[in-house]
Amino acid sequence: MNFALSDEQEFLKEAARGTLSRVDTVAAARAALDGAQLPDLWPAAMEAGWPGLLVSDDHGGAGLGALEAMLVFEELGRVLASVPLLGHLPATFLLDRGGPEDVAAALAAGEQRAAIVPAQPPSDVEAAWTIEPVAGLARPVAPCWDGAVVGTAQWVPDAPGADWLVVVLDDGRAALVAAAEASVVPATVYDVTRPLGHVAFDRAAGTLLETAPGDAATAWYIAQALIGAESVGAIAVALEVSVAYAKERHTFGRPIGSYQAVKHELVEILRGLDNARSLMYYAGWAAQDKPDEFALAASAFRHAAGKALDHAARAQISVHGGIGATWEHDAPLYFRRAQLARRLLGGTAGAADRVAGELLTRAREQEAIAAR
Amino acid sequence: MDLNDTPELAEYRAQVRAWLEEHKREAPVARGDDEASVAARRAWQKRLAEGGLAAVTWPAEYGGSGLGPLQQVVVNQEIGRAGVPGIFDIIGVGMLGPTLIAHGSEEQKQRFLGPMLTADEVWCQLFSEPAAGSDVAGVQTRAKRQDDGSWRLSGQKVWTTNAQHAAFGLLLARTNADVPKHKGLTMFVVPMDAEGVSVRPLRQISGEAHFNEVFLDDVLLESGSEVGPVDGGWAVALTTLMFERVAIGLGGEGFGWRADRFANALLADDACTRDAETRHRFGSIATDFLALRFTGYRMLTSLQRGEIPGAEGALAKVTTIRAAIAAGDLICDVLGPEGLSDERFGELVSDMPGLKSAGGTEEILRNMVGERVLALPPEPRLDKGIPFSELRAREREAVA
Repeated sequence: MNFALSDEQEFLKEAARGTLSRVDTVAAARAALDGAQLPDLWPAAMEAGWPGLLVSDDHGGAGLGALEAMLVFEELGRVLASVPLLGHLPATFLLDRGGPEDVAAALAAGEQRAAIVPAQPPSDVEAAWTIEPVAGLARPVAPCWDGAVVGTAQWVPDAPGADWLVVVLDDGRAALVAAAEASVVPATVYDVTRPLGHVAFDRAAGTLLETAPGDAATAWYIAQALIGAESVGAIAVALEVSVAYAKERHTFGRPIGSYQAVKHELVEILRGLDNARSLMYYAGWAAQDKPDEFALAASAFRHAAGKALDHAARAQISVHGGIGATWEHDAPLYFRRAQLARRLLGGTAGAADRVAGELLTRAREQEAIAAR
Repeated sequence: MDLNDTPELAEYRAQVRAWLEEHKREAPVARGDDEASVAARRAWQKRLAEGGLAAVTWPAEYGGSGLGPLQQVVVNQEIGRAGVPGIFDIIGVGMLGPTLIAHGSEEQKQRFLGPMLTADEVWCQLFSEPAAGSDVAGVQTRAKRQDDGSWRLSGQKVWTTNAQHAAFGLLLARTNADVPKHKGLTMFVVPMDAEGVSVRPLRQISGEAHFNEVFLDDVLLESGSEVGPVDGGWAVALTTLMFERVAIGLGGEGFGWRADRFANALLADDACTRDAETRHRFGSIATDFLALRFTGYRMLTSLQRGEIPGAEGALAKVTTIRAAIAAGDLICDVLGPEGLSDERFGELVSDMPGLKSAGGTEEILRNMVGERVLALPPEPRLDKGIPFSELRAREREAVA
């Protein structure tokens, strides 16, 4: 038994941190809020091999697993780097399994970009594949296939600028659509490091992917895990920065970190981070060795990481006092990240519901077996 | 990342499973605290010890199996799978025995470890006092050396599990009040049948008495009852507390606090399984229990690599208690008033407020993690470098 990262995995993280250290991405995120152009990190991502992380060797990818993708996302999350991989990686996962080889290869190399148009798989209380509503709580049904793709999808990560859209359909299949065949309206909001788009398919020509049953659901849970991993990186930075400040800032003649009220709040960030990290490893391990548990593991991870980031982003501002809420400080950028992340792709709360659904379904199955 | 058994571990698991399969019908059903149940559980511990399943990590020379934490986990898992109880004296075998192995004299090890392992002699831990809980180095129980090298012991201990069944206790006492408090402590072995030792059950919210108070009235301890050096008891106590943290950090599932068990309880009411709020609360609780399980695997990986468990294990205790409180509340909210008298969940609700302080209050654990893991500065203290005998006067001054 060994529940730690391998040397290769540690190296992948270090290399990612090195790649991202070449640009001040946090400063860029602030400037972008004032209208500046974000730096294009895609060439660096290509050089690092990130676009092909989840594509098999046969199709020119790295053939790595969800855990490796999460480790890269942890590093992206640390520095709020805007690299459109949240849409790209789950899309490549599906294409690798049932799409045209040339497209998979172009995406693996990073010559072209894809974005998944994701749909949440059915649960014990919801029979349909659903997508994000424009507003409100009622989740619409995913686009359908009628010889072509018909429907709309809102708040789709990384859709603006993608060459291909991989659309998860209302029956759990997926279709590949050239972005030019669809209408993509940019809808980026609040956290400018996370491009979003509203997508409409008016009988958009495409091809059905030959994926296996369960693949589209796995793609959804990969996206959940990636959001979680990005949150883990952001929490770690919020903690480091807050702890450093609590040691140097003095009130009433001593460092604020010596007061229990402040100390306990910082420990609470660490507790959230530690629990989230354990679940990140669980999700990575399940993706590889226990696919039956990946839905549960990825949902639990997303929920834990989302909740912990929400807390960490607020605690970071509180520990810094007034300065933590100013435009010049980095804390508000992490706060923006936390606020948008908790509302994307089913939301942090939706992930908790999914954990409950998965466990209740298992319990019902056990009960039925016992009754026989 | 690999949770599968290595071939060697798989073989060990097969042996353990075979032994349990062969002997499980000898296991007691009752798990209560009454005399007959306790006798049956002690007899079962003896059988487990004979099978090599009681003290997996103790060195072979003291009757253990000389194996690592992984094998211990395999044994725990297989005992759970077989549906039989584990050992009775978890505190003795899990915490006090390892302390004796680390700090005791050879004579003490030879005398005490064997009967501890077989539960012929049960042990209890005598550290906490009415005025020394979080600040356990502030114990006031005094041990005075006599001219012949024997000791006279007086004081009061509290929160003592199994004191009513114990043959011996491991006791922290003050042997020098004229030095700062951590420096004047000594650890002793106390025979619980000695004259002057009396045990009184301490009932709690549920009405059950899981703990005792122990009164020590001029108890005579023979020379050589000390464990470790005289006035060097704090280091010995820290060893015990480290084993306690590991046990608590890795132990939640042993109490049956698992996501799947709470899911089963919710199935009793179909409406609640579709209620959004219930699902959200349960999803959060289950997330915490899953996090604990995999935090446990991370801790085990460190232990296996020979790293000393860090203070982070304390956070596992905080999460365990919080999740168990939330789980008891949720299940009883679903069951309604009747749930409070439910043997499993009602008792969970009643026991948790007290357990929140057991093995270190949440506040003291957060201090420890904040200072040792995050390296945050400690609060100013009034007791640093002050002889214990002067502390009370200083405390009064500070209040005045």
